[in-house]
Amino acid sequence: MSNQVALTGNEVMAQAMRQINPDVVAAYPITPQTAMVQLFSQFVADGKVDTEYVTVESEHSAMSATVGASAAGSRAMTATAANGLALMWEVLYIASGTRLPIVMPVVNRALSGPINIHCDHSDAMGARDSGWIQFFAENGQEAYDNAIQAVRISEHEDVRLPSIVNLDGFIISHAVENLEILADEDVEEFVGDYQADNYLLNSEDPIAVGPLDLQDFYFEHKMQQAVAASNVKDVVLEVAKEYEEISGREYGLFEEYKLDDAEVAVVALGSTTGTAKAAVDNLREQGVKAGLLKIRLYRPFPAEEIANALKDLDAVAILDRADTFSTTGGPVYIDTRAALYDSDADLEVVNYVYGLGGRDIKVEEIESVFEDLQQIAETGNVEQKINYLGVRE
Amino acid sequence: MVKPGDGYKDIPKGGLILEAGNAKNYKTGGWRTKKPILDKETCINCHRCWAFCPDSSVLSEDGDVKAEIDYDHCKGCGICAHECPVNAIEMEKE
Amino acid sequence: MKLKEAAKKEERLTGGHRLCSGCGAGTVVRLVMRASDNPAVVGCSTGCLEVSTTIYPYTAWEDSFIHNAFENVAATISGVESAYRSLRNQGKMDEDFDFIAIGGDGGSYDIGFQSLSGAMERGHDMVYLCYDNGAYMNTGIQRSSATPKGANTTTSPAGEVIPGKQQYRKELTDIMAAHNIPYVAQASPFKPQDLMKKAKKAFETEGPAFLNVLAPCPRGWRSKAEEGIELTKIAADTCFWPLFEVENGEWKLNYNPKAKKPITDWLEPQGRFKHLFKPENEGLIEEIQEHVDERWETILHRCGEE
Repeated sequence: MSNQVALTGNEVMAQAMRQINPDVVAAYPITPQTAMVQLFSQFVADGKVDTEYVTVESEHSAMSATVGASAAGSRAMTATAANGLALMWEVLYIASGTRLPIVMPVVNRALSGPINIHCDHSDAMGARDSGWIQFFAENGQEAYDNAIQAVRISEHEDVRLPSIVNLDGFIISHAVENLEILADEDVEEFVGDYQADNYLLNSEDPIAVGPLDLQDFYFEHKMQQAVAASNVKDVVLEVAKEYEEISGREYGLFEEYKLDDAEVAVVALGSTTGTAKAAVDNLREQGVKAGLLKIRLYRPFPAEEIANALKDLDAVAILDRADTFSTTGGPVYIDTRAALYDSDADLEVVNYVYGLGGRDIKVEEIESVFEDLQQIAETGNVEQKINYLGVRE
Repeated sequence: MVKPGDGYKDIPKGGLILEAGNAKNYKTGGWRTKKPILDKETCINCHRCWAFCPDSSVLSEDGDVKAEIDYDHCKGCGICAHECPVNAIEMEKE
Repeated sequence: MKLKEAAKKEERLTGGHRLCSGCGAGTVVRLVMRASDNPAVVGCSTGCLEVSTTIYPYTAWEDSFIHNAFENVAATISGVESAYRSLRNQGKMDEDFDFIAIGGDGGSYDIGFQSLSGAMERGHDMVYLCYDNGAYMNTGIQRSSATPKGANTTTSPAGEVIPGKQQYRKELTDIMAAHNIPYVAQASPFKPQDLMKKAKKAFETEGPAFLNVLAPCPRGWRSKAEEGIELTKIAADTCFWPLFEVENGEWKLNYNPKAKKPITDWLEPQGRFKHLFKPENEGLIEEIQEHVDERWETILHRCGEE
C-alpha cells in the first residue's frame, strides 16, 4: 500500500528518514538541506520516531557522532550539503574504511568560493573517491526510493559501506512534486532490524575500532574495501528487485531512455535528466535518433554496463554539473571515457560542463548539444572535446 | 588473533580488533635498561608503586603488592623506585 | 578509596601498550579507569595514548574502544552515548555503560576544542578526560595552547631572539567550568586518591563531566623519567597546576601547599625551560612568577579560601 502525496524533496526525504526510523541521527542544518532536518526534528519532538537526534555543532561533528553511533551498533543517519559535506571529508573516509553502513542524504549545492547556495554537483564529486556508495536521483520520488534502498544496500553483509543519496539542491529539495510514499509498515519491514557483527556496546565481546594500522595490515583492510565496492552492483540490483515488489517502481544501475536504437545520446545525472528527456522527446519527433543514459549508481561506477549501453552510438555527450579543473573534463566524462576505453566501441565522446552554481539548464541547450552530436556523427570531426554550456564569454 | 602475514580474507573487516586487552601478548620488557627489584622485607605495602606505574607492571594480589613485578611489560622507567617512601625498590642495571 | 582496595579491581589498561617509559598518560588513565564501575566505551583522539594503546592487531584496552580522528573524540563519544540512550529507550539493551572520551592537550585545547565544547553543551552523559602534557608530544613536541609560557618546543623554539613560547597557557578547566556542566575538576597523578575520587565523581555524574589532569612527558619536558610524578607534585606546590573542582558551580580547592614554592622549582628540573635561566631571561622568570601568583589568587578567591 502506498500514499499519493505532494511534497518537496526535503520533505519526502524527512519522511523516508521517519519511516527508516534510525536509532541515531546527528545532523547540522545547511542550505538547502535545512528543511529536511527541521522536519525530522519535529518528528523527534512529536515522538513519531525512536531516534536520538544529536544537534551537533558542525558537520564535522555530525559525521563524527554518526560514526560513533554506527560503531556502537545502532542504525545511524545524517544529512548535509555542499560545504557541510566538505567539512565532513576527513571523516567520510573513516566511515567507509571502518565499514559503517551509514546512509546520508546530500542536497547537492555548489562548493564555495565564491559562496553560492544553488545546485551543482561539486560537493558530491569531491567525495567521489571517499569509498561511499553514491546514488543520484531525477526527482524527489527517486531520491526517496534511493534512500530506503540504500539502507539495505549499505547494511548488506557483502557490502557494509556507507551511502550518499544525492538530490539536487532547490530543484528537487524545494520543488513540490506529486509522489508516492510507501506505507510505514512496508518500509519498516523492508529495512528490517539492523544487527552489526561487532559493535562497541557489547560488554561480552568488547572491540577496538579505528586502531593504528600500519604497513603490515592497512593494505589488506583497503583490499577488503575494494572487494566490498565490487560487490555493490549486484546488491543494488538484488535490492531493487525486492523494492519493486513493494513499490511497483523499477530501478537499475542506470536508466536507458530511448537508448536502444539511438545514434546520439547524452549521459547525465540528477534533475537535468528530466530536462534531457524533454529534449530527447523533441528530437525524436523531428526524426533524430536521440537517447539518454541516466546514471543512478555513480559510485562505485558501473563502468562495464555503461560502456555496453553506449558502445553502439555514433557520438555521446557527457553532461557534468561539476568541473575537475584538471583540464581533462568533468568527473563523469573522465569516468565514462575510461569505461569506454576497454570496450570495442567506436564513438566520439565529448563533455559539456554546465549549470555551475545553479545556472539554469534549458531544454533548448540540451537540444543544441544533440545538434553538436549529430554534426560530430556526420563529419567524424570533434572541434572541442570539453565544452562549457550556458556560460557567458 | 590476527597473525602476521594473514591475508585480507582472514582478518576482520574495517580494522576492528576483536580481542580486548590482547596487548598483554606484546612484550615491552625488552625496552628496559634498568630493572626494579622489590625488597619484600622493606616494603610496607603502601601501593604507591602500584598506583604510579604507567605500565600496569606492579602486580597486586588481594591487596598485597608484594606479589611480583611484571617484567614482561615493565619498561624500567624507575618511577616505582623513585616514589617508594621506604626505598624498598632498587633499580639494577639489566 | 585506599590504594590497596583500588588495586583489587580489574586492570582496564593492560601492559604491552607502547607509551614511552615513564609516560604520565599511562598512570593517569589507569587511575581514572579504576573509578569506573561499569563496562565502558573509551574514545581517544589521535595522539600518544591512542597510537600507543591500539597498534593493530593489539589493543591494551579491556573495554570497547574507538578512535575516530584527532579533533572529534567528544563528538564520537556523543554518538556512542546517543546510540546507547536510543537502544535503551527502545528496550533493545538494558546494561549500564560508562562513556569516556580522552584527548591530549592538542586534541582538547586546540583542534578538538569545538567538538568538546559542543558535547559538553549538549549534556551527554560522558566523562571527558584531558591528559595535559603541554604540547603535541606525539608528533615531536610542538607547542599547543596548553604549553606554558617560555617553554622550548619544536615550533616555539628558544632562539637567538625569541626565548621559547611567547604566550601563557589557556585555562581550559575554567572554560569548561564556564559551560556550567555539573562536574569539572583539575587533578594530578601525584595524588592518586584525589584523582580516583574525582574520576569516580565524574563517572557518577549524570550528564557531562570534565577532568583535566597533568601528565608528565619526560621526552617533551626534557626531564628524568623517574621524576615525572614528583614533578606533578612540584607543579602543585608551586601553584603552577592547582588542584580544584567545580561541582554544580561551586569551586573547591583540593590542595593547598603548606609552603608555596617558587616557580623556579618547577622550571629548573625541566630541560624545556633551561634557556630561561640565562641572565638575559631573568625578567621572564619574574613575569611567569607574577602570572602564577595572580592565577593562584584567582583560584583561592573562587574557592573561597582567602
